[in-house]
Amino acid sequence: MALAEPGIRSAVLVGSAPRKRSRSRRWALLGALPFFAYISVFLLIPTGELIVGAFRTANGAFTLSNISDIFHAPYPQAFEFSLELSGLSALMGGVLGFLVANAVLHHGVPRFVRPAFVSFSGMAANFAGVPLGFAYIATLGTLGVVTTLLQHLGLNIYPSFSLQGLFGCALVYMYFQLPLMILLMIPVIEGLRKEWRESASNLGASSFAFWRYVGLPVVTPSLLGLMVLLFGNAFSAYATAQTLGVSNLVTIDIANLINGDISINPQDAYALALAMIVIIVITIVVYALLQRRASRWLR
Amino acid sequence: MAQVATVAETRPSSHRFRRARNRVPVWHLIWLVLAALVFIVPIYSVVQFSLAGVQPGQSLFHWYLTVFDDPMFRSSFWLSIQISLETVAVSLVLMVPTVFWVHLRLPGLRPVMDLISILPFVVPPIVLVVGLLPFLEKITWLFVRPEVLSLIYVIFALPFLYRALDAGLRAIDLRTLVEAAESLGAKLPRTLLRVILPNLRAAIIGGSLLTIAIAMGEYTVASLLEFSTFSVYTYTIGTSTAYEGVALSFISFIFVWGAMLSLYLLGRGGRNEAAVAITH
Repeated sequence: MALAEPGIRSAVLVGSAPRKRSRSRRWALLGALPFFAYISVFLLIPTGELIVGAFRTANGAFTLSNISDIFHAPYPQAFEFSLELSGLSALMGGVLGFLVANAVLHHGVPRFVRPAFVSFSGMAANFAGVPLGFAYIATLGTLGVVTTLLQHLGLNIYPSFSLQGLFGCALVYMYFQLPLMILLMIPVIEGLRKEWRESASNLGASSFAFWRYVGLPVVTPSLLGLMVLLFGNAFSAYATAQTLGVSNLVTIDIANLINGDISINPQDAYALALAMIVIIVITIVVYALLQRRASRWLR
Repeated sequence: MAQVATVAETRPSSHRFRRARNRVPVWHLIWLVLAALVFIVPIYSVVQFSLAGVQPGQSLFHWYLTVFDDPMFRSSFWLSIQISLETVAVSLVLMVPTVFWVHLRLPGLRPVMDLISILPFVVPPIVLVVGLLPFLEKITWLFVRPEVLSLIYVIFALPFLYRALDAGLRAIDLRTLVEAAESLGAKLPRTLLRVILPNLRAAIIGGSLLTIAIAMGEYTVASLLEFSTFSVYTYTIGTSTAYEGVALSFISFIFVWGAMLSLYLLGRGGRNEAAVAITH
């Protein structure tokens, strides 16, 4: 901000009457109109439409039966699998991502490691959806490269393992969860002040003691917050799971309800979509609360 | 680093101390290797798998050649490129003037913009398409044209483009620049075009690359609205012949890698954390 600015601004203020200002503000609002119109048509109105639709019959009368359908088979199983999958992949990606971010920042690690991990993470976090699904079919599918390799070593992972199962699917999701966590965790760990580490070290604390009494208590809100973010990230995923051939996932149920040959039922799709929105809103609120707590200690 | 150096000079016994501190604990190396394996093994497998299953006498790149020969490959790839570029064009035309205007004249609206920019996370593609379908079915002329995908992808790109532009505008002294341009006689559109845009170049290029990555990889909406974009084609081919699907997956990998690498080189030393746009 330039120093001369307050003077200029107050001169402008003195020169213009309040009414003129409010009119110019109205004109200014007009400038943002195209954007808000676009957002309304392609985001706000459709969202409102589906929220209202969740409480309506096909004829438009008010009903709660769509909502109660959520609690009847097969949807509870789908929600259970979706929540477990999101939770497991967030936990795996979150914990490993935290450990990797911490390792990357260790001063003994060669200099090229950090940019290598950061740039590769940026790439991997964006390598999701259909190509990722096929990449894992090539890796750990029944004919996958790693599957065959393990077979040669005398280890048959099939049939106990499957890419459609909870663990298999979570492993695939790791490909975008882990890099996302690394990218978001690096600045958090960097925020741990060097002086804290040095003070702890001067007082004779081991690296373990530093993390136990200083590092983890400070980092935990961010760590949990980012894991909540990963949870929401996995929860709304569709294309990857569809490619892997997962059958009982909320997003896949929704797609089948609006696209399926036998089971078209837009009313239930509205209700499931609303339930997804509710769950994602909860995760975002939890994330924001944890983030606020995290900002107490971290720069 | 400078601090460490001075400490080392003043304390003769600290040489050994520094060496010990610089030694990387074994578990750090284990995590790094594990993460590297998570990243690299699938890519290695894709390459290996896409060169396998070839009959004797056929080219090593048989599956790639088969795919390249398929006219559907070319048409779907071009369709996706076209949709991506349209998405970038619409996004920029919509967002750049708006974010500029909000920063300049309507700073009170910035919290509203921030809120809107996280809405696409609250309403993921699969949910948005449920809400959009009844509306789209009413306007059939738009519904049957692939351009409708670009119009929807603008929403998915919004958070990333907004964040890039917002950060870009925050980094410059917008008011002073505009006042300087005004006092030299430039009208506002000219100021935006000749003064502000060059200052936002990095943000615009970065946001555009992310937008292209999103639009190229999007599957959910494209498949549900039944357009043969590149990812829909990959899915269809891959479910019948896994080898070809994996070859196509490698092609997308190269594409995403190229986009992200240029993004990384552009923003080297800057905020790389912004470089994430998820399209599953």
